[in-house]
Amino acid sequence: MAKILLKGNDAIIRGAILAGCRIYFGYPITPASEIAEAAAKYIPKVGGTFLQAESEVAAINMVYGAAGAGARVMTASSSPGISLKQEGVSYLAGAELPCVIVDVMRGGPGLGNIAPEQSDYNQIVKGGGHGNYKCPVLAPNSGQEMSDLTQLAFDLAEKYRTPVYILADGYTGQMMEPVEFGEPRTEFPRHDWALYGDAESKKNLISSIYLDPDELEEHNRKLQRKYAEIEKNELRYEAFMLDDAEYVVMGFGIVSRILKTVVENLRKEGVKIGLLRPITLFPFPSEKISELADRVKRFLVVELNNGQMVQDVRLHVSGRTPVDFYGRMGGVVPSMQELLEQAKKMTEQDN
Amino acid sequence: MASKVLKKPRSFYDIYERNPSPDKKMPHYCPGCGHGNVHKFIAEALDDFDVADRTVFVSPVGCSVFAYYYFDTGNTQAAHGRAPAVATGTKRALPHSIVISYQGDGDLAAIGTAEILHAANRGESMTVFFINNAIYGMTGGQMAPTTLIDQRTTTTPTGRSAHNEGFPIKVAELISQLEAPVYVERVALFDNKQRARARMAVRKAIKNQVDNLGFSLVEILSPCPSGWKMDPVDSMKWIRDVMMNQFPLGVYKDITKEVEPYIHEPYHPTAEEIKKLIEIIPESDKHFARSDVPERYKDPQIKVAGFGGQGVLLLGAALAQAGMLQDYHVSWLPSYGPEMRGGTANCHVNIREIEVGSPMVSNPTVLIALNRPSLEKFEPDVVPGGLIIYDKSLIDIDVKRTDVEVLAIPATKMADELGNTRTANMITMAAYAAYTGQFDKETLYETLKSAIKRQRLIEINRKAVDAGYEFGLKNRKK
Ligand SMILES: Cc1ncc(C[n+]2csc(CCOP(=O)(O)OP(=O)(O)O)c2C)c(N)n1
Ligand code: SF4
Repeated sequence: MAKILLKGNDAIIRGAILAGCRIYFGYPITPASEIAEAAAKYIPKVGGTFLQAESEVAAINMVYGAAGAGARVMTASSSPGISLKQEGVSYLAGAELPCVIVDVMRGGPGLGNIAPEQSDYNQIVKGGGHGNYKCPVLAPNSGQEMSDLTQLAFDLAEKYRTPVYILADGYTGQMMEPVEFGEPRTEFPRHDWALYGDAESKKNLISSIYLDPDELEEHNRKLQRKYAEIEKNELRYEAFMLDDAEYVVMGFGIVSRILKTVVENLRKEGVKIGLLRPITLFPFPSEKISELADRVKRFLVVELNNGQMVQDVRLHVSGRTPVDFYGRMGGVVPSMQELLEQAKKMTEQDN
Repeated sequence: MASKVLKKPRSFYDIYERNPSPDKKMPHYCPGCGHGNVHKFIAEALDDFDVADRTVFVSPVGCSVFAYYYFDTGNTQAAHGRAPAVATGTKRALPHSIVISYQGDGDLAAIGTAEILHAANRGESMTVFFINNAIYGMTGGQMAPTTLIDQRTTTTPTGRSAHNEGFPIKVAELISQLEAPVYVERVALFDNKQRARARMAVRKAIKNQVDNLGFSLVEILSPCPSGWKMDPVDSMKWIRDVMMNQFPLGVYKDITKEVEPYIHEPYHPTAEEIKKLIEIIPESDKHFARSDVPERYKDPQIKVAGFGGQGVLLLGAALAQAGMLQDYHVSWLPSYGPEMRGGTANCHVNIREIEVGSPMVSNPTVLIALNRPSLEKFEPDVVPGGLIIYDKSLIDIDVKRTDVEVLAIPATKMADELGNTRTANMITMAAYAAYTGQFDKETLYETLKSAIKRQRLIEINRKAVDAGYEFGLKNRKK
């Protein structure tokens, strides 16, 4: 099918509908409101339900109810709203319910501002709520990926019975790019664990309670096995000009787009530099980083936060090669020139 | 108490397999507790209407957290206070189901006040049973929002004081004030007559949902001998003699005779219908051949800036659209966050032969300035050898830079001559396209189809394209 020019936030909802999402619960917040607005416009048209909840807390619990009923369901919010949802996400993870949660990050802490930050990395990638859980996290950097990864998120959520995050930023949400859409999914198999309001499924119980410590430990072990399985199967990253690279820049989301231009420009000057962009933040490209750590001179990690992903990079580099960090906060997005200088600085460090 | 009942309703499991206690026949509630009574009334009603198979029971957090030990229905367990939201999600996903939300007073009237109020206010098609025992049973007898004034609990050791803790919340009264709920009643469990009433109320509240009438809530004054530190007999008396004074029994609202049943009609469009409905089929799938663009104008990084309302964002979007029609890689990014100050708008457009890296254009190769502040602000950022296009009719200064190309176009004046000031943006766009040779006119015409939403404005915008294009051609640098 031919492409259409679309904002990332719009692409998310079209993708979700193609993936079979027919229920959306959300609460308005800039810069994620456009997702709710697109959902309100399109989901009822295809026979689904859009409901503006009384709060993010209510919205995520509505998601819990619909997910337990086997529906492909989603919600979207931005940082302060995501903080509120964390209780519900923990219950979803505990009860092993599939759903898709979009976080279009904004500046924090507190009310912060509505400008793009990436300071939710820790709360999203490391779990966020209470308990031994984490969720797959997909970090799109283009309009096409906003749609594609949303569709993937629904499949992963169902395959592994887990909430899945789309971690986006204001830029990827606001940006218009050509997006190509595939065919809608219209057949959905029944799940043997869900409640369908019928005789066959009523034996099922949706719950995160395991009173007995041994049982809860076993449940947690099962969750950990699931996360290991996800780590094994679902890693996605983009390696750009890394084959002969001596220097590596890393960033996700909008930052990776700027870094790509930086790499292109430095390559023109003959600098052997490449970009490693995690598309999934959990699972994290730890092996790739480890492999690079043995052969490159230096890493530069750029984030719109106080240095969150860089901690994971350093963990896997394990001191084998220096890892520099450059971060902007408060919604300041570095220009290409600014990052070019940072990258140059890195390459000059060793000379 | 359920334990004393000989003939168990069918809607209860025969054996409570989920109960970890060795006795799989006894409920986990304390002797004299009201929860068992209410469970039984619910199970009997589900039997009578033969709806247990399509029922989803939402257990709360509180002593009834394990209600799923007992009900032979679909069961789901909600976070503290969130049962009405979970029930909402369940019912919206399964409109044919019977959804029961069962909550204690801490769950419903403290931590979950927002959820119950809004579920009721939306008139969710669900049934809520609210167990008011004036205390937190499960956590060991702390104050509840329904705890009476002077009542001692572990967190009001000298009795609840209105000054410190406020007054007991009257849930039946509160919910009945809302427009949507169809049935709200308060009942009590202290003697056979009242229990019979409670049983009827539970039945009616479930029947209302079976009949698709809307939201029903039954508040049940229920004994908690353990929390109250009384024996079961004194507990009954306390409800009758003390609790009921604060919480009068009765029907607070019943509009079930007046409302029409609401039945959700399912709709499942086909794949082809879905694609149309969500508008992912492009206006046209025409593609246009690329023009021969001189080397210095290739891969433009464009910044368009002006006042909000001048059609700045649209101008940029039209350029991106035109690029897409010629199979270029394109991106369009509006000014966003801190950039958006003082009523000015700007956007960044990339049109590239290869993938677009950064969508941000900090140093444009092309600056299109529609007002003076934009020209002043962004002129210094333009790359040497770049191009500045500005609306001469609105900007009364000249470009100071000498290392850039300049195209000054009286766009607003030309637009006025066409009879619509607002076409100045499309005039400017076409001038850019013609001047640099980036796009031919046919591509621009096609672009208007998606850029201009109102059909009747397309014609005038085509004229704008013609005028701008002619201007651009005429002023081309030799
Ligand atoms: C978020 C959260 N806060 C607190 C608790 C602890 N907690 C469990 S039950 C309960 C109160 C239950 O009282 P009520 O709703 O009146 O039900 P009852 O036990 O009296 O039937 C509390 C505070 C919890 N489980 N979750
Ligand atoms: S503590 Fe109270 S509410 Fe809980 S089971 Fe015992 S009597 Fe019932």
